[in-house]
Amino acid sequence: MITHQDPMHILLADDDEDDRTFFSEAITELKMDNKLTLFKDGKDLMDYLELPNIKLPHILFLDLNMPGKTGIDCLKEIRANTRFKDVSVAIYSTSSSKKDIEDTFIEGANIYIKKPNDFSMLKKVIKEVVNMNWQFHTSGLNIETFFFSI
Amino acid sequence: MKLNYNYDGNIACRTILQDQLEKLNINYQLLDLGQIEISDNISEDTFEELQTSLKRFAIHIIDNPKGQLIQKIKDAIIEIIYDKEKFPNTTISQYLADKLNYRYGYMTNIFSEYTHTSIENFIIIQKIERAKKFIIDGELSLTEISYELNYSSVAYLSTQFKKVTGLTPSMFKRVIDKRRKLSNTE
Repeated sequence: MITHQDPMHILLADDDEDDRTFFSEAITELKMDNKLTLFKDGKDLMDYLELPNIKLPHILFLDLNMPGKTGIDCLKEIRANTRFKDVSVAIYSTSSSKKDIEDTFIEGANIYIKKPNDFSMLKKVIKEVVNMNWQFHTSGLNIETFFFSI
Repeated sequence: MKLNYNYDGNIACRTILQDQLEKLNINYQLLDLGQIEISDNISEDTFEELQTSLKRFAIHIIDNPKGQLIQKIKDAIIEIIYDKEKFPNTTISQYLADKLNYRYGYMTNIFSEYTHTSIENFIIIQKIERAKKFIIDGELSLTEISYELNYSSVAYLSTQFKKVTGLTPSMFKRVIDKRRKLSNTE
């Protein structure tokens, strides 16, 4: 559990440069104190997470479709390692089918985001996700049963 | 071998506090709602030792007044959600104002500023968190759960569950069951 004064550590892995830029911009508009780190694909992200002395993020955003390691590949690796049990994983997808959402949660995701079509929607979605995640980390709620589909 | 277990976070926390305080030979009394009364003055070194030993269990000593108020609000809310007998007949805003002796407007401002959510929303999140535990335990029907949590109807509980999680209660149960199956076959 963390306290209200700690900054929220956020990671994003997305192969699309424009999407990374939009995401960063949306994050800078949050009122919450935070620290964002960006990765250009799943392999980069996993290499980073395997470093021994990093500060673990509170939340990790994964794009589903990335070349090489996909978002689901990363999710499976992360959930197979108990070191990351307190990290919330948010999956970014273009699909909104019930089956895809359910399967992603079964694999261990906490948050499922249907990629918004415009920037103002993106800002709204990210704000809601980050705030909800904050409640789980600061109120001692159970990350294992944390689901949020938006 | 895999074992399932359930637990009472409150009792676990009190036991940890007792163990750690006794280990440091501190005279104390456990009060309600996240407070301890320490009888003697303790040295700064002992205080630091206590802080460090509690940190291992994710227990933090809160040393700023606003943080303390927020914690009191949270504890008071959790208490009435986890004990139906204590659920107030008045509105929750009136209950909190009476119990903590602050104007409700003041409390909502401080609360939102520091926690990034409103008191109302915090209550909903906590109720749904409890509903999740009930659903996973599988002993109560959804109607019984809605009664336990003081919802006026099962439909209202389902709507709020969907709003907070994005899932229906039955989809939530299915995901939990399938996750368990998956981890048992690995």
